[in-house]
Amino acid sequence: MAAEDTRLKDLLPGEWTNAKIDDELVEIVLDQRRHEEAKVKLPGPLAKLVPAQFQSPWYIMLGIGFVFTNVLLLCITILVLTGIGVWGNNQPVGWGLDIVNFVWWIGIGHAGTLISAVLLLLRQQWRNSINRFAEAMTIFAVMCAGMYPLLHTGRPWVAYWLLPYPNVLAMWPQFRSPLVWDVFAVTTYMTVSILFWFVGLIPDFATLRDRAKGRFAQVAYGALSMGWSGSAKGWHRYQHASIILAGLSTPLVLSVHTIVSYDFAMSIVPGWNVTIFPPYFVAGAVFAGFAMVITLAIPLRKWYRLENFITMKHFDWMAKVMLATGLIVGYGYAMEIFYAWYSQEPAETALLHNRVALADAPYSWSFWALILFNVAIPLFLWSPKVRKNLTALFWISMSISIGMWFERYVIIPISLTRDYLPSSYGYYTPTIVDWGMFAGTIGFFLFLMFLFVRFLPMINIFEMKELLHHKEHEEHHNGHANGKAHAHVNGQAGKEEAH
Amino acid sequence: MPQIFGPAVNTIATVSLFAGAVVPFALLLTGSALTSSPYNTKVTVPLDQPAPFSHRHHAVELGIDCRFCHVSVEESAQAGVPSTDVCMTCHSQIWTNSPNLEAVRKSLETATPIEWNKVNAVPDFVYFNHSIHVARGISCNNCHGAVNDMHITWKGNAFRMAWCLTCHENPQNYMYADPGSNLSPREQVFALYKKLAAGDKLTQVERQLADGLEQVMPADKVHEGYKLMNERGVNVSQLKDCYVCHH
Repeated sequence: MAAEDTRLKDLLPGEWTNAKIDDELVEIVLDQRRHEEAKVKLPGPLAKLVPAQFQSPWYIMLGIGFVFTNVLLLCITILVLTGIGVWGNNQPVGWGLDIVNFVWWIGIGHAGTLISAVLLLLRQQWRNSINRFAEAMTIFAVMCAGMYPLLHTGRPWVAYWLLPYPNVLAMWPQFRSPLVWDVFAVTTYMTVSILFWFVGLIPDFATLRDRAKGRFAQVAYGALSMGWSGSAKGWHRYQHASIILAGLSTPLVLSVHTIVSYDFAMSIVPGWNVTIFPPYFVAGAVFAGFAMVITLAIPLRKWYRLENFITMKHFDWMAKVMLATGLIVGYGYAMEIFYAWYSQEPAETALLHNRVALADAPYSWSFWALILFNVAIPLFLWSPKVRKNLTALFWISMSISIGMWFERYVIIPISLTRDYLPSSYGYYTPTIVDWGMFAGTIGFFLFLMFLFVRFLPMINIFEMKELLHHKEHEEHHNGHANGKAHAHVNGQAGKEEAH
Repeated sequence: MPQIFGPAVNTIATVSLFAGAVVPFALLLTGSALTSSPYNTKVTVPLDQPAPFSHRHHAVELGIDCRFCHVSVEESAQAGVPSTDVCMTCHSQIWTNSPNLEAVRKSLETATPIEWNKVNAVPDFVYFNHSIHVARGISCNNCHGAVNDMHITWKGNAFRMAWCLTCHENPQNYMYADPGSNLSPREQVFALYKKLAAGDKLTQVERQLADGLEQVMPADKVHEGYKLMNERGVNVSQLKDCYVCHH
């Protein structure tokens, strides 16, 4: 018996049967009262304003998401009607918050693929309870990310010009530009992520279809389940499809953020033209992605009483992944400083000054904020006590999300405001539309996330049942070791006994 | 538990798989065929005008030089649409009562220009210059189609960028000099209509132009095209630069 299997009871504590798992997880989607159960205490004036049945976390979060989605729509309308001059972008800073936010969101989108593809190939069973909403998070984050470059073109209605297709202009995209590679990288990532997510949902859609009471839900989930009957043939094909998709997604975990880092690394701007960018961007993306998974998992687990599915063991391991990738990112920052010093190249040393100096460096505060949020605070994760304290973990994850945002802010405005020509030095100030769009995409993300929680199973139901099966198997063997007779409830477990 | 879907859904599911793969492409192809058709581009579709002016009658049957009306075609970006006074050079003397010329007479009386309907247009971000094309010997018909055959003027080409680039990439295919004459490239352009008016024998390339076909250099004559290109100072290395047409 492999050592890892002995941990299965930590991954699914409590007494479970297949039917009980179905009840517990399906109920979140099909029994709408679940979303009104948990109550939150609103501050005095708000409590009077909001009707009592809406004072639940689901309504509050969806409401916040809805309000900021409208802020986003408003900002996009202003932007499209006026032009991208409503952003703070101007010479010499052609890339501002839009690109900062693009890279930030793409990074957050990384955890989904890592958890669903890489951990699947590595047979890590602890991925089972977090993969579904990490994948959903990936898709929503990539949607938020994709918005920025499209709007940055200034004419989003001709954004299809980014694609190579036979056209009456006889024009092709500039294939030497990493921005075009970005188009391919991000669209491929989006497509594969959606496919992977959907294929994984099919058996669960079938469970929902079978348990749904209303005609509408039956038809909707029935259509989505594409005729899934749970036959051996179906499962066989499902296994093949998910392994193939995992194989396709695994290189994407590395390629997407590598190519996003090329947007900078392929240029000659000081602070961007650094060969360490691809690996440290990928590590940073996993770092940010896990931080967002934890940020969302902690409240969802509490509100929906998922303590038996997302356990402290899960948080412990996620925190360790964050610690490891955080150290890689910290090494990246150290190397950038080292390069600047070691090269003694005037533009690079000037950039180093602009990043770290306390005087005559208008944006150095953002570098120190980055070090604080992204390097110093995550060091608390070395302590097992902190990794077991959900409040601490939540705020450390928040700090990482803020830190990763500052990482991109440090890279973009600091380099662009002062590059080679002192005569074209400048400042960058984001406008209210910049901030509105940032807040708006966060709102849009929350909005989609909470719709997802309500209408799709946020924890993979059939993989939890598979885990239960393995757990029973393990207990059975342990039972033998202890010399106790063990009665099987489950027919499948009975079969296991035979070999 | 009763069945949620009836047996018909099996067929719908199969068809939807097929349709999902085929319909988007079919829609794209239909869209691109429609946008390239005369329905959208108006190529070969004669356009109603206030007065039924015939290029064929004036340029070929009467032998009036293009430049008599399009006065600025050799010196300016615009070929120029003639003023009412130009029409009246002749029509104050002949066909003075023709109902076809009512709009022209009215224009002269009221001193308001005739509002012709625009046949050829390029977008505002494209700077097309007639004079340089004429100076390098590019025939009017190359872009405007068989003007010598048009009773009511129509659009000869859709003026899409890919089409412009067929010549800007390979100008040697569009360079032509009549071996039997010693005219400058510019005179060569207008000589075609003089030959048509006089009923002279046309060379093969001239025949193609007069028929509104694309002027393609025969493969064995391409070296002549390169020679003419160099003589006329056509710098092919910069013809495809963006700024040549988009200043």
